[in-house]
Amino acid sequence: MLNPDLVGRTFTSADSVTVTKDAIQKFAEVIGETNFEIAPPTFSISITLEQSQSLLQDSGLDWTRVVHGDQKFEIKRPIVAGDVLHCSSTIESARNVAGNEIVTVRSDLNSATELVVSTWSTLVVRA
Amino acid sequence: MNKIEVGAELAPKSFLINRKLLVEYADASGDQNPIHQDEAFAKSVGLPDVIAHGMLTMALAGKYLSDISGSQSVLEFSAKFIKPVVIPADTDVALVISGKVTEVNNGIAKIELLAMCNEVKVLGMAKGVIKI
Repeated sequence: MLNPDLVGRTFTSADSVTVTKDAIQKFAEVIGETNFEIAPPTFSISITLEQSQSLLQDSGLDWTRVVHGDQKFEIKRPIVAGDVLHCSSTIESARNVAGNEIVTVRSDLNSATELVVSTWSTLVVRA
Repeated sequence: MNKIEVGAELAPKSFLINRKLLVEYADASGDQNPIHQDEAFAKSVGLPDVIAHGMLTMALAGKYLSDISGSQSVLEFSAKFIKPVVIPADTDVALVISGKVTEVNNGIAKIELLAMCNEVKVLGMAKGVIKI
């Protein structure tokens, strides 16, 4: 069970992630994108997935039972190679529907004080 | 590419997904959940077979959006994962994405996306906002 006291709290990673051209190219090639100068629209998931799991590892969320329900991106500007990004994750809401826990996690990627991308993941934790 | 005006139907594109692509996406995205690679594991948790990452399906729909006016033009993108995309061994599964322009205002367009696999809609409420 998710610890309900954590809803609304934001966890910010101490470590930054530096985006490499290789990482962008590798992601782009999988989807047939030939522009490696800027990251494809969903590239940020490759950073936020790991970061948010790590930030929320003590939240009580059982990641082994998680099914991805929906996903949203708001892209303030495209991610480019050389970006140094910090991830902040917030459990925006948690509710119980028919025994399944439905949790919305917002993860923001910031470059210094500039918000680059906001993402929302709805996770269904199966009973 | 069709003109971006309200009501315009954008030409469909087909993306092929196979087991090799799932491994490549797992490596590129860091999502190594075995349900996307290991048939025995997928079946052990009640799935019919290996399934594609929902985020791979969404990444391919994102490529469709990028193709309209470039990756840098995509401002918002959202979707629900409503049906699994099952990927049997040694099979290329076609994901067909199409789009419809629902709003155009001040150089910003809203695009509704349809993502179909074997005649089944796999993404729900899929939409993007792009600069045009």
